Amino acid sequence: MSAAALNHDGAFAAARRRLRFGPLWLAAPGLAFLAIFFLFPVLRLLSLSVQDLETSAWTGDHYARIVATDVYFRVLMSTFRIAGLTALLSLLFGYPLAYWLAQLPERQRGLAILAVMVPFWTSYLVKTFAWMVILGRTGVINQILSGTGMSPLPLLHNEFGVMAGMVHAMLPLAVLTMLPVMTTLDRRLVQAAETLGAPPANAFWLVYFQLSLPGVAAAGLLTFISSLGFFIVPALLGGPQQTMLAQLIISQIQEMLNWAFAGALATFMLVAALVTCWVYDRLFGLSSLSGETSGRTGGGQGRLRGAGMSILSGLAKASTALGGPVGRVLGPRMMDRLLPLYSAAVIVFLVAPALVVVPIAFTTSPFLDFPPPGYGLEWFRVYFNSDLWVSATIRSFAVAFATAILATLVAGLAALALARSSSRWRGAIFAFFLAPMIVPRIVIAVGLFYLFAQIGLVATDLGLIIGHTVLALPFAFVAISAVVKGHDWRLDQAAATLGANRVKTLMLVTVPLIRGGLVAAFLFAFITSFDELTVAIFVSGGVKTTLPKQMWDDMILQLNPTLAAVSVVVFAIVMALLLIAEWLRRPAR
Amino acid sequence: MLSPLAQTRTAPVQAGAAATPKLLVDGLTKRYGAITALEPTRLEVPAGEFLTLLGPSGSGKTTLLQMICGLVEPSGGRILIDGQDETRTPVHKRDIGLVFQHYALFPHLTVAENIGFPLRMRGVAPADLTRRVKEALEMVHLGHLAGRFPKELSGGQQQRVALARCFVYQPSVILMDEPLGALDKKLREHMQYEIKRLHRETGATIIYVTHDQEEALAMSDRICLMNHARIEQLGTPHDIYARPKTAFAADFIGVSNIFRGQVRRDGSGTPMLVTGNGSFRLSADTPDRPDGTLVVRPEQLDIDGDGDNEVRGEVVDTVYAGSETRVLVSLGGEETITVRLRRGTAPPRLGEVVAVRWRADAGVLVS
Repeated sequence: MSAAALNHDGAFAAARRRLRFGPLWLAAPGLAFLAIFFLFPVLRLLSLSVQDLETSAWTGDHYARIVATDVYFRVLMSTFRIAGLTALLSLLFGYPLAYWLAQLPERQRGLAILAVMVPFWTSYLVKTFAWMVILGRTGVINQILSGTGMSPLPLLHNEFGVMAGMVHAMLPLAVLTMLPVMTTLDRRLVQAAETLGAPPANAFWLVYFQLSLPGVAAAGLLTFISSLGFFIVPALLGGPQQTMLAQLIISQIQEMLNWAFAGALATFMLVAALVTCWVYDRLFGLSSLSGETSGRTGGGQGRLRGAGMSILSGLAKASTALGGPVGRVLGPRMMDRLLPLYSAAVIVFLVAPALVVVPIAFTTSPFLDFPPPGYGLEWFRVYFNSDLWVSATIRSFAVAFATAILATLVAGLAALALARSSSRWRGAIFAFFLAPMIVPRIVIAVGLFYLFAQIGLVATDLGLIIGHTVLALPFAFVAISAVVKGHDWRLDQAAATLGANRVKTLMLVTVPLIRGGLVAAFLFAFITSFDELTVAIFVSGGVKTTLPKQMWDDMILQLNPTLAAVSVVVFAIVMALLLIAEWLRRPAR
Repeated sequence: MLSPLAQTRTAPVQAGAAATPKLLVDGLTKRYGAITALEPTRLEVPAGEFLTLLGPSGSGKTTLLQMICGLVEPSGGRILIDGQDETRTPVHKRDIGLVFQHYALFPHLTVAENIGFPLRMRGVAPADLTRRVKEALEMVHLGHLAGRFPKELSGGQQQRVALARCFVYQPSVILMDEPLGALDKKLREHMQYEIKRLHRETGATIIYVTHDQEEALAMSDRICLMNHARIEQLGTPHDIYARPKTAFAADFIGVSNIFRGQVRRDGSGTPMLVTGNGSFRLSADTPDRPDGTLVVRPEQLDIDGDGDNEVRGEVVDTVYAGSETRVLVSLGGEETITVRLRRGTAPPRLGEVVAVRWRADAGVLVS
């Protein structure tokens, strides 16, 4: 080959390398943002946990103190117990509902899914407030009981209250995670199993259930990790026995300013989350979380797989044995209605609490009586005449708006960058953008508080916007990625061959076609910020408070009907945004 | 009907004319790591020609096409359009039209907006744009569907919109990447006529990719047969069918009966091919080579007819295909030959042993 030809080839290779590197640059703003405001603060917090307060020397004292001090150790254990139970119950209650949803015809399923989406996106504070109203000593249930002459039951500030609130909060997440796996599952395989001679119970357990396991595992992972960092529900619905790690971390920071000890507690939580992720990754592959099919087939190998199979066969035998007599007692028509009835009951459990708040918001009584003695707009008047509430509402709106713009922009660029990249870094970058969803919020929030305290961003709107953007990025990223994944890039090629340059192609073809994803990302980011308490608890305060922070402060201090009025307003806003997002997410035309 | 677009076009130039070719591909090659998608390739396309790139999947035809339009960057070589080196020109600045396999119509734009898109990109004045879109729509008989969205059209209609969107801006070269692959057989044949008509009316230079040999034979001025990342044979459809240069070419285009063997000359100097099925006389103008593959088309074989060469075998099947009937004759073992039954002849019975004959000059010896 001549020198000239070699040169030619070299130039081409260089051009190719530039091109290949090109698109990934779009992810750079997001990577930088997450590195500074997510990775660095979290790592800093972890390093604080192994430093001595005075000398900054390496030490394991803080960890030793946690394990040695009975109170702390019990909190650690109760955190894992509550998170584990929550995940387990969410799966148990959620699986039949997801199964029922998956087999509904497309149109009805969309409607039914909304009934799950509503509680999913309802503010934790509103949900928890609702449970306090329902379960309280003079709450809805006890009022009904005393009406029928029974003595009131202790439903609040104990394990039952916490589990009700936790499962209510996590059930939608479990269902929404399991559902995509089930809807894409080929039901003809079950029919095939039946034509091959499998009784219905065997066909279900040995084919359908086994194929839906990745979804079940993903749901278990997400609910467990999310539950680990909870503090709203245990603080308001639980008693001292149900104290969880996040509450301990908050009090360590707010009352003692003991960063190192809070860091050690956060490490426990983070390690638990990461270990869970690692186990999940080994068994199922993390990529199946985002709905991508993993290369792995079946779950586990060898002995593990054999054990799993025999458990499932046992379950199949048991359900056949149980199904026979039950079927004879209830009759075939009742058996067919069992699943819809069950699903309806779970949906009522999910939706009803938020609805209970509505009449209380319009009460004329200064107490949370149910049913209200009379109806009026008294408490809305109190809300809208209170400078504190109004300024908190305005701040929440402004912060949420800024967060939504920032998150959509950054996530949109990153999603576009990754969609067409074949770089070996692609998977790692993808995981990094999802990481703020895996790392417990309380860990991020405490880390950010430490960083913000050093650079003067505490009690600023900018600090809130940055913190909220970190938390909202994964949601925005997933929403846009989902749409970008289905985008037909040949259309962009077509635009190029027809004479459109890159900018025109982006503006005239790509953006209009992924518009639905962008709007959904914007709205999800907005809701995430609007409803956010963990970062706000540290970063906002005093006159610079946000709506969730103000609600939290009021709920700890004294329950009052104003909270119901605020809840109704928050609920209405979030629902409106959610409906718009759902409507826009449907593929255009 | 003569399209208004045709007026601006030059008449088709005869292949082999001395003028600068419309498109010249010179030593173009593409490698992905150790895999070669296209060996260094030279190809000249005169203005107004309808050239088909034909070959099995993985033969390099799509790679060649995508490099011509700029969607894939070559590893080496040059692309010249009207004598201008366009190798490094970005896609959107190349004066090339590409009709995609799945049309790639913009789903968020109406039919008229889709067709107007390339004109908008070229800054055509609105009044002019409207007129030209209308002309293009009429050219493909879709004037009444201008306001529809692509999703509301049938596959054939979408294909016409894609064609109109390409023809409307009169690109120097129009590339078509298996444009009819998604249509059913009946519609495909109809669209073949439509594309040929557009080609005639506009005089456009068209490079057409397909893996369907019947389509290639029916439509092309010339066929560029590709295999294993290089050009196997380049010629008119008749050339390639009647005088294939390789066993692959013979096998890929049409149905062929193939006999491998050694070439000998008998006493009178007539070339003979010695095969496992007997010795066959070859055509007198057969080039000298020690061995080769004899290709005989089914229509050149005759059951119990006349001919210089003969094989005997048992009838194992007859296939009725409407316009013709094919008879499969087993020569023993795995070897089967296909014979087209002469019109008006009753098909032989299954199991009957027949003599199949052909004339020496009917067969072609290839490498």
